[in-house]
Amino acid sequence: MSQPKGAVSAEDVKKIARLSRLHVESDRLQPLAEDLNGILAWIEQLNEVDVEGVEPMTSAVDMAAPMRKDEISDGDKRNDILKNAPKKDDGFFVVPRSVE
Amino acid sequence: MSDLTKLTLEAALAGMAAGDFSSEELTKAHIDACMDGADLNAFITTTFEDAIESAKASDARRKSGEVGLLEGAPLGVKDLFCTEGVKTTAGSKILGDFAPPYESSVTANMKADGMVMLGKLNLDEFAMGSSNETSHYGPVINPWRKGEDLVPGGSSGGSAAAVGADMCLGATATDTGGSIRQPASFTGTVGIKPTYGRCSRWGVVAFASSLDQAGPIAKTVKDSAILLESMAGYDPKDSTSLNIDVPKWSESCGKSVKGLRIGIPKEYSIDGMPGEIQSLWDQGIAWMKDAGAEIVPITLPHTKYALPAYYVVAPAEASSNLARYDGMRYGLRVDGKDLTDTYDRTRTEGFGKEVRRRIMIGTYVLSAGYYDAYYLRAQKVRTRIVQDFENAWQTCDAILTPTAPSAPFAVGRKLNDPVKMYLNDIFTVTTNLAGLPGISVPAGLDADGLPLGLQIIGKALDEDTVFKAASALEKAAGFTAKPEKWWK
Repeated sequence: MSQPKGAVSAEDVKKIARLSRLHVESDRLQPLAEDLNGILAWIEQLNEVDVEGVEPMTSAVDMAAPMRKDEISDGDKRNDILKNAPKKDDGFFVVPRSVE
Repeated sequence: MSDLTKLTLEAALAGMAAGDFSSEELTKAHIDACMDGADLNAFITTTFEDAIESAKASDARRKSGEVGLLEGAPLGVKDLFCTEGVKTTAGSKILGDFAPPYESSVTANMKADGMVMLGKLNLDEFAMGSSNETSHYGPVINPWRKGEDLVPGGSSGGSAAAVGADMCLGATATDTGGSIRQPASFTGTVGIKPTYGRCSRWGVVAFASSLDQAGPIAKTVKDSAILLESMAGYDPKDSTSLNIDVPKWSESCGKSVKGLRIGIPKEYSIDGMPGEIQSLWDQGIAWMKDAGAEIVPITLPHTKYALPAYYVVAPAEASSNLARYDGMRYGLRVDGKDLTDTYDRTRTEGFGKEVRRRIMIGTYVLSAGYYDAYYLRAQKVRTRIVQDFENAWQTCDAILTPTAPSAPFAVGRKLNDPVKMYLNDIFTVTTNLAGLPGISVPAGLDADGLPLGLQIIGKALDEDTVFKAASALEKAAGFTAKPEKWWK
């Protein structure tokens, strides 16, 4: 299969995985790079399209973003919010230490 | 009493209105069918006890003269819609035992209209798949069979299989690239994705927000119109929800298509498509002509770029949407040596292979140095696809195409070739990119006796014409085949 411009290397996969907060075993880096390159090579077809002067489409509907009053419409649901927490204590989420 | 599970939604609603049977009887018949069909793995969670309670409550409401649009109808809900107090998984391990303390707007509308919910239907993990094989809860098996187990399509495979096997009168589904229409085609059912913005996305687990749209899978075109009337409607909680009235689409079904201009896009004849699908399409053209429609050849020149554009836009939006699964506030947490390690372990164990692959593609195409080359370019190609349709609407009112490039295939066959799997959505993905309505109608069987669907695409907000054309197609096709009940 033709390699896309700037084909993804095992090192790139490591970087993408880090940005994605995913762990990839070192023996999986190369196979995954090949996987991604296969998909990216197929995506390269997009380079055939003339997009000169074309505006990018950012919304699927032709409407202006709606405005609303900035007022409280919901709240006082601490127990609902915490209900599905993997760890909680005394009305708080319990998370791993993030500041030493 | 005749088998209540063979009824259409329309006939079941009429039967309850006439007092021929109660919602409780109807619901119990469907619960039995669901239990018979357990091996199809269509449900992730069943809520049979609650369903009987809701059915009794519905019967009581009916006695007091309070009758909603879906009053007493036993239906299924794709497990991507949050349902208050009922486990919602999105087909993923990462949501753990998440039981939302709130209800999605779409299912809230349906419950207000009298729906009886039988349970939560299986799907590809986070709706990412075309065969329902990426679900953490195992693949769904198509009620249609050919010596071996076939996939029901995806991602709404549970919804399609449950409706196809008469386990529920209809089901909710969602469609990001074809996830309502392709499974409908694979199971001999009807599925419509309405115009983007018709159904609220609030409370629906997000995949790719600019493409995701809810819709029903049903037994007939009219049933799908009834369901969509209940599901659709303005919701201030979704900023892309359209603040417009919901028409009585069920009244459009069966109306004449005389003089309607039906476009036939030449780009939808693709290499490697089975001859049977081409001939079914030709047959569909003849049916529409016989019904009085005018056939117009059209061109949608950027069709071949729709899928590659989709596989930039959808993973990009998914990588951003799925960043919320960090194991802190809900769902699975796998403890690591520190915060980052906990994130990594939670997400690596919690997400399946295809979801991880798409998150990584999305992260890559959005990353510094690649954004313009991939994401921005894909967004521009998306504009080109919208322009193709705008040009087509100069000469036609609706478009007729096949729904999928193949009949249902065997479980496991395409799982290891992502690009091949992605090609399933080649005829459906264009309408997601352009935000247009599209419906799949069962139109015939292939040589193996497996169902094939045809698709009608309409202008934005013109579901009216879509339902009209789809019912003309349905009437002409006279599709009454049902899978043989091998699963009991």
